[in-house]
Amino acid sequence: MAEVPLRRTQQSVPFWRDVKIIAILLQVLFVIVVLAVTIFLYTNMVEGLRRSNLLPNLSFLNQSASIAIGEGLPYTPSDTWRYAFLVGVVNTLRIAIVGVILATLLGLVVGISRLSNNWLLRNVAYTYIEIVRNIPLLVQLIFWATVAQNLPTVQNSINLGGLLHLTNRGVFLAWPRGSESMGSWVPWLYGALVAGVALFLWRRQMLARLDRPGAVLPLALLGVAVVALLGFVITWIMRGVAPLYLDVPLLDRFNFKGGTVLTSQFSTLLFGLVIYTASFISEIVRAGIQAVSKGQREAARALGLSDWQSLRLVVLPQALRIMIPPMTNQYLNLSKNSSLAFAIGYPDLFTIGSTINNQTGQIIPPILMIMGSYLTISLTTSLAMNLYNRRIQLHER
Amino acid sequence: MRDFIRVSAVLLLLLALMACNAAPSPEPAATEGVGAGEATTTTETGSATAVSESSPTVPSSEGAQVAGGRLQAVQDRGELICGVHGSLPGFGIVDASGEYAGFDVDFCRAIAAAVLGDPEAVEFRPLTAQERFTAVQTGEVDVLSRNTTYTISRDTSVGLDFGPVTFYDGQGMMVRKDSGIESLEDMAGATICVQSGTTTELNLADSFRARSIEFTPVVFSDADPTREAYNSGQCDGFTTDRSGLVASQTQLTAPEDHKILPDTLSKEPLGPSVLQGDAQWADVITWVVYATIQAEEFGIDQSNLEEMLASEDPNIRRFLGAEGELGQGMGLSNDFVVQIIRGVGNYGEIYNRNLGPDTPFDLPRGQNSLFTEGGLLYSPPFR
Repeated sequence: MAEVPLRRTQQSVPFWRDVKIIAILLQVLFVIVVLAVTIFLYTNMVEGLRRSNLLPNLSFLNQSASIAIGEGLPYTPSDTWRYAFLVGVVNTLRIAIVGVILATLLGLVVGISRLSNNWLLRNVAYTYIEIVRNIPLLVQLIFWATVAQNLPTVQNSINLGGLLHLTNRGVFLAWPRGSESMGSWVPWLYGALVAGVALFLWRRQMLARLDRPGAVLPLALLGVAVVALLGFVITWIMRGVAPLYLDVPLLDRFNFKGGTVLTSQFSTLLFGLVIYTASFISEIVRAGIQAVSKGQREAARALGLSDWQSLRLVVLPQALRIMIPPMTNQYLNLSKNSSLAFAIGYPDLFTIGSTINNQTGQIIPPILMIMGSYLTISLTTSLAMNLYNRRIQLHER
Repeated sequence: MRDFIRVSAVLLLLLALMACNAAPSPEPAATEGVGAGEATTTTETGSATAVSESSPTVPSSEGAQVAGGRLQAVQDRGELICGVHGSLPGFGIVDASGEYAGFDVDFCRAIAAAVLGDPEAVEFRPLTAQERFTAVQTGEVDVLSRNTTYTISRDTSVGLDFGPVTFYDGQGMMVRKDSGIESLEDMAGATICVQSGTTTELNLADSFRARSIEFTPVVFSDADPTREAYNSGQCDGFTTDRSGLVASQTQLTAPEDHKILPDTLSKEPLGPSVLQGDAQWADVITWVVYATIQAEEFGIDQSNLEEMLASEDPNIRRFLGAEGELGQGMGLSNDFVVQIIRGVGNYGEIYNRNLGPDTPFDLPRGQNSLFTEGGLLYSPPFR
């Protein structure tokens, strides 16, 4: 009874009704379609560019850029477009790296506050998250740019003891710089580094031998600080001049000279991105903490750990495993969102890339350069986060 | 059976995609859509992504270079798409009644009048300095009339064809009166606001490099934020074409607190441009501009147009299309000059309406006078 239909299947199913063959055929067809579309679009594009005499040509990379760039690596308008683009890439990286660190810290604080027992803290965090994450980032950036523009002018700066000037051109900060005796202090710094590493290894080995938990890094950092400070004082006494002095910003004719400056554009973009991304990160933190089973916290309390200890030693390390993958997304978002810099005048890689397009008439190469840069930044971030993720996951045996 | 239906549905979808790909698609958006869709589903990210990402810049050759010429395309469409500034008073801005107005805008209207017989058959596309060339290169706009400086690199490597210069300008610098700045040499260490993607941006760097003066640039991609940054005191100086400075000054909080330095950083001849490679369309733009200049030279304006039509002077008769076939030679009607004058008037009328003594700008004609009055405006003969 069962053999009859089986035999019929074997004999009478033609190949075009065989599910296996259809599956293969479809895939082949799909690849052909994709290739055809790609080739069509490519030839179409090349044809269009050829007719307008705009075929890609990379010679512009070595031509002098002749544009002024407000901040970033040392740069003069006589440098090449290639270097100008690099300035943009570094500016994007500055924003992305500082932004990711600050957004993580702020997100952590807000996320934990969101679960606090304190009514005020909890609701402030809640309000912040709900307002910030529901307004488009571009709108927020333009809002912050307007706020920054309405800060006092350079001449009427908000002055904190002469060390910090808040103006609509940015924040001018006093900044430590090496003096003539800096050279004598440098060996001490190397010494501090060696001491730090040594302490770190020794402490780690000791803890492992005693089979006891404990933090390794704080002691090592303390060692570094002690040696560096000792060297600082000794150099000061021996040479009569401190190895570092504080370079205080002083008002020149138009701008502050000395110290360092966080330009209005940099600060606005950083502030906007951090505020925005932190609101998402805080929700990830909250979700991560809440996903740790309640029993863990109760067990920690039963062992006599305080709230803070149980959060830091029991809950957060477990929450971290859940938080890392969505966190990676937010880091990527932050890096990519930094391209909104074009709206507020910060010279990031997108802004400079579009200027290349505009000033040289080349269309395809700058776009590919922009895309390649963002892709590299994103994939590197992703890779690093994935490696970290793999390291902190539970290893089941 | 259900599998079969599913499979044939997929096949149909694929066929549909193939079909809209194979057919010469008049809508660049359609090809883009397919490209993007395929790119997301494919794993061959290399080539597929490159093409789908670059296709928005250059959607298709049909989009950039119209078969049968741009003139034919505009006439078929019944509307001219013109790239303008959008927020520069006197040149291209939306006025109180919600209409585009300005010197550059009137040249768009003149072209529409000549090509379509209706000065109102224009769709204006406000463009930033950064976007404007891409808009021409991709064929998004038929003509760019957006105070654009005529330079060799734009005429060649950027892929534009320029019409005649409509406005002879020079780059200037605006500063606050109380800043004590009297010339560019006083600006060492100053912060200067400038718009990116402009010749201004390049000239600023060149001028200060030539004078070995350090300055801090603040560069915006749009005109409004650049002006606002200067207005708020983020910058000590604001540089753009002199005409642009005069126009922008009226938009500042306290216009009387600012002045324009006597220094001229560069020469800035402004004119309309089209995509390179369409000689007929470039001719149309060129001769529309010359027609406004020639009309002023002949003394033909909106008020005396009807009398002039009855003129016995063969030059004027030919110019206005009563004799000869000057218009047909480039695919226009022979009375295209009449349409232009009826629609927007001659060069002098366009100038006075937007920049003349009755406007807040009151810009002297200066170099923008006819050559007969010591200016630079000179039209080749209409014959």
